Amino acid sequence: MRLLTHNMLSSNIKGVINGFPLRIEADNVVVKQVDFNPDFLKNMFSKIDWKALAEASKIMGYPELPDETPDHSILDSDDFLQKFHHALLELHLEEGALVCPETGRRFPVNKGIPNMLLHEDEV
Amino acid sequence: MSSRPELQAPPEIFYDDVEARKYTSSSRIVGIQAELSERALELLALPNDGIPRLLLDIGCGSGLSGETISENGHQWFGIDISRSMLDVALERETDGDLILGDMGQGLGLRPGVMDGAISISAVQWLCNADKSCHEPRLRLKAFFGSLYRCLGRGARAVFQLYPENNAQRELILSFAMRAGFAGGVVIDFPHSSKKRKEYLVLTCGPPSTSTMTPSAKVEDSNSCSDDESSGDEENQTVSYRNRPRKRQKITKKGKTRSWVLKKKEKMRSKGNVVPPDSKYTARKRKSRF
Ligand SMILES: C[S@@+](CC[C@H](N)C(=O)[O-])C[C@H]1O[C@@H](n2cnc3c(N)ncnc32)[C@H](O)[C@@H]1O
Repeated sequence: MRLLTHNMLSSNIKGVINGFPLRIEADNVVVKQVDFNPDFLKNMFSKIDWKALAEASKIMGYPELPDETPDHSILDSDDFLQKFHHALLELHLEEGALVCPETGRRFPVNKGIPNMLLHEDEV
Repeated sequence: MSSRPELQAPPEIFYDDVEARKYTSSSRIVGIQAELSERALELLALPNDGIPRLLLDIGCGSGLSGETISENGHQWFGIDISRSMLDVALERETDGDLILGDMGQGLGLRPGVMDGAISISAVQWLCNADKSCHEPRLRLKAFFGSLYRCLGRGARAVFQLYPENNAQRELILSFAMRAGFAGGVVIDFPHSSKKRKEYLVLTCGPPSTSTMTPSAKVEDSNSCSDDESSGDEENQTVSYRNRPRKRQKITKKGKTRSWVLKKKEKMRSKGNVVPPDSKYTARKRKSRF
């Protein structure tokens, strides 16, 4: 699972009000190279929750993103776009867990697939 | 169609390792799913500006539909309830991320972030109650409500589906409308039993010209008559927006006239003796004559 997906996912447990961001427990992170597409990044930028991405990226071993949401003008910087690209699309959480920030419920991640299935009493 | 998989077992049981493998090793299935996905993407009507969008694939299974999304240059992640199907998707090294999840429990996604969603041959599964705790209506409500929230305004969701009957189609649609979607059903090749394919095209947000149900060759009719209406058009559109409730001829349990006529025709073709059709056919009896 890439941080792009992590940035969209939230905990869906009944009664949870703020299920985002899911805290990452990273046991194994792999890097897979993908084509760099600045148009996609520029388009995505406004939808990304920046703090969640920067924090997740740090946990995944890549502390290169600014902590605070950068100004839109930063999208002109190729250096920034490369880092954004790497964090968003190339870091994969292979093994570990996603943890609901409100309840502490762990959603295990196996072979890159988070198991978000809820138990009966969580629906 | 007595062999509807939906009626055999819950999806996570039906799509076990064996079925998941069968699914992607059949070149026939692979071809069909690619074609359906291609059409669904077309109906999504994403802006034609070359910018990759972020799409959701609901019931992504072994990733066949996702591969079509990738081929069209977009980013995606998918959700599916069957681990076996997802494992096959892993083997096929799909570009999109995979999430093990049940759409009937609602999608746990941030509001307004998705540029669109497709779902190929999956949503009809929601109409079954596979567990004692399953209430199809609640699951449909949770699903469409959460889908509506995660889509950006004006974004679309396109579902290719195989409803079991009119009532099921109406049920699915009614929950989509209740969640706030506008849209309707597009039926490709309505007169061919083999090629006939059905797509639910939904748009998120207030109605505008872009929320009108797309079609190639339009014939305005409602779903009750789509099997009877003659004509050569290859594509029909059934628009549901703002149709007053009363005019929806399909009641929850009742049979429509078209359903009865079709049934009678089928019985006749089997050689059964069936009363002739008249204006009284399928009318409700007064409680007393
Ligand atoms: C006919 S397959 C289609 C798979 C894929 N979209 C394709 O085109 O190859 C239907 C898929 O829907 C999934 N499905 C059924 N019910 C589901 C649910 N409640 N939540 C998520 N996925 C579900 C099944 O596991 C199965 O993989």
